[in-house]
Amino acid sequence: MAVDTLSAENLYVADAQGRFGGEFGGRFVPETIIPALDELTEAYAKAKADPAFQEEFAYYCKDYVGRPTPLFFAEKMTRELGGAQIYLKREDLAHTGAHKINNALGQILLAKRMNKPRIIAETGAGQHGVATATACALFGYECEVYMGEEDVERQKLNVIRMNLLGAKVIPVSSGTRTLKDALNEAMRDWVTNVRNTHYIIGTVAGPHPYPTMVRDFQSIIGIESRQQIQEETGGLPDVVVACIGGGSNAMGIFYPFVHDAGVRLIGVEAAGHGLHTEHHAATLTAGSKGVLHGSASYVLQDTHGQVRSTHSISAGLDYPGVGPEHAHFKEQGRAEYVSVTDEEALDAFQWVAKSEGIIPALESSHAFAHVRKLAPTLPKEQKLIVCLSGRGDKDVDQVARRLGLL
Amino acid sequence: MPSRLPQTFAALKNKNEGALVAFLTAGDPGVESTPDLIALIAEAGADVVELGIPYSDPLADGPIIQASSQRALDRGVTPPMSLDLVRQAREKTQVPIVLMTSYNLVWIYGLERFAKDAAEAGADGAILTDLPPEEAEPWKAAAQAHGISTVFLVAPTSTTERIARIAGSSTGFVYCVSRTGVTGARKEMPADLPQLIDQIRAATDTPVCVGFGVSNPEHVAQVCAMADGAVVGSKLVEFLHQNADNPGRDAAVRDLVSGWKAATRRF
Repeated sequence: MAVDTLSAENLYVADAQGRFGGEFGGRFVPETIIPALDELTEAYAKAKADPAFQEEFAYYCKDYVGRPTPLFFAEKMTRELGGAQIYLKREDLAHTGAHKINNALGQILLAKRMNKPRIIAETGAGQHGVATATACALFGYECEVYMGEEDVERQKLNVIRMNLLGAKVIPVSSGTRTLKDALNEAMRDWVTNVRNTHYIIGTVAGPHPYPTMVRDFQSIIGIESRQQIQEETGGLPDVVVACIGGGSNAMGIFYPFVHDAGVRLIGVEAAGHGLHTEHHAATLTAGSKGVLHGSASYVLQDTHGQVRSTHSISAGLDYPGVGPEHAHFKEQGRAEYVSVTDEEALDAFQWVAKSEGIIPALESSHAFAHVRKLAPTLPKEQKLIVCLSGRGDKDVDQVARRLGLL
Repeated sequence: MPSRLPQTFAALKNKNEGALVAFLTAGDPGVESTPDLIALIAEAGADVVELGIPYSDPLADGPIIQASSQRALDRGVTPPMSLDLVRQAREKTQVPIVLMTSYNLVWIYGLERFAKDAAEAGADGAILTDLPPEEAEPWKAAAQAHGISTVFLVAPTSTTERIARIAGSSTGFVYCVSRTGVTGARKEMPADLPQLIDQIRAATDTPVCVGFGVSNPEHVAQVCAMADGAVVGSKLVEFLHQNADNPGRDAAVRDLVSGWKAATRRF
């Protein structure tokens, strides 16, 4: 794609091949599933333009998910940090406890239109698996969820929830036994059963049209935030902060602000034990350009292109890739990407619980850890929205062990 | 040096034989033994050797080839080492060698540099399993400049329009995936395979080889009655792994491969 097509209006829209800025995205997958991606692209384009589909999606978002989720002014937190005014976008209050349900519902409605009787998904922390299992239960679909063995172990509560919802959880023992291997296995399943199966990818990664489609379904987070803060304060926020693994909650809240040049967008990655070690998952901060799971983006890899194993205290961020649109935002300088360590996230987890009476997911705790550093440096009149992407019930057991409370 | 593939397929056609394409992973069951194995397999009857360059996160490989790649990675096998194994094999055999791997490794190596180094090492072609023709122009240009054939895959799900595009883009041969799914041995060849081969034939004169699920002489014979060649992968990889320490391994490999080769002959 020629650079001159990147006019301001087109700058953040994928081209026909699903490329952002001509460089990131695309389709790098076995031929067997290319026709299914074509079918999905066409079905999604039709659905997106169909008011009946949009109405149906809006109905389930409102009456089943409980949207709009509140934008809560965190007064105590703001006072304590002594800088910017902090608002929390409460995705933890969405049904199933995280933003993942928005995308799962959008895709299940699409699968229904495509007459695909079987659903598969992958999951890291389990929130996307729970969301998919929930949507499948609601619409009477057979559902199988791939999950790395290590994640099955550290996210037991969500495995139980998926089982209760009627989904089959398939533990993956290959590779690092985490999210990337679950994605590999789900993709292999799809290659085998593509004719009757829709694969609900849980983040803004994967081959075209997934990054665009998942972003669109998650954009409801940013659309609501934009409207809510305007109603509350009469203006736009100065800063929007979200955690980022694959990047779906971040893209969902960022995207509706993308043309508002005055709004700083900040994605917070998992620095694990520290960027100076090999035990982190900070793909945009410390990775390099590569191709993983069907699209060109940033990847944590060695000098030969072999994918590195990652580490994060948060299973949902423990992923060596990232959505291609984030890679484009990074290249364009439209968003800033930073990272915080396990320790900082763990401290923030406890701090948010005590400060606001909300137990955040370990994923979201990464965003809060950065807010804790950033907010005091900002003027008091500035407004900062942080995406509280999910609730932390699933992490309580793991945190308790880490803190010696169990 | 131009690809050895066209002359190999032409010679086989004259002899009324299909091609036996045999797959093994670079560095498995051992790094030092790979060049000897390539030569041995060629001598036993393989007309083309596919050499897999191991990748950490393959999407098209079944459990056997995935495990084989992991063992090779654990032995420290890299793309430069894999090309060096081709170079060593070239001292022993002139069998066409086609590299098979995932696009990321080639992209990170540098498309132009990889094509040049692969050609210099003595490779004849490349199969990048997750690179569809739509994304392949930069690679194709680099490969063509260095005489490396680019083999694309056609799948049973490919539409007529895509089959024409893929067949038209492939050089050396067209790789016809026998059924949806990852690599690995299966019991029977699918019933709709002849139609798929016919569709490819209608679109191109480039030879067509069938792989995924081809594991015994009966399969090879069935495939070679319809197509220009049969690709045997997982079965050979598994056999090499199981016989890694068998003192009679070379004779056993020769028997296995010559059995498949015999099945490529049409009477």
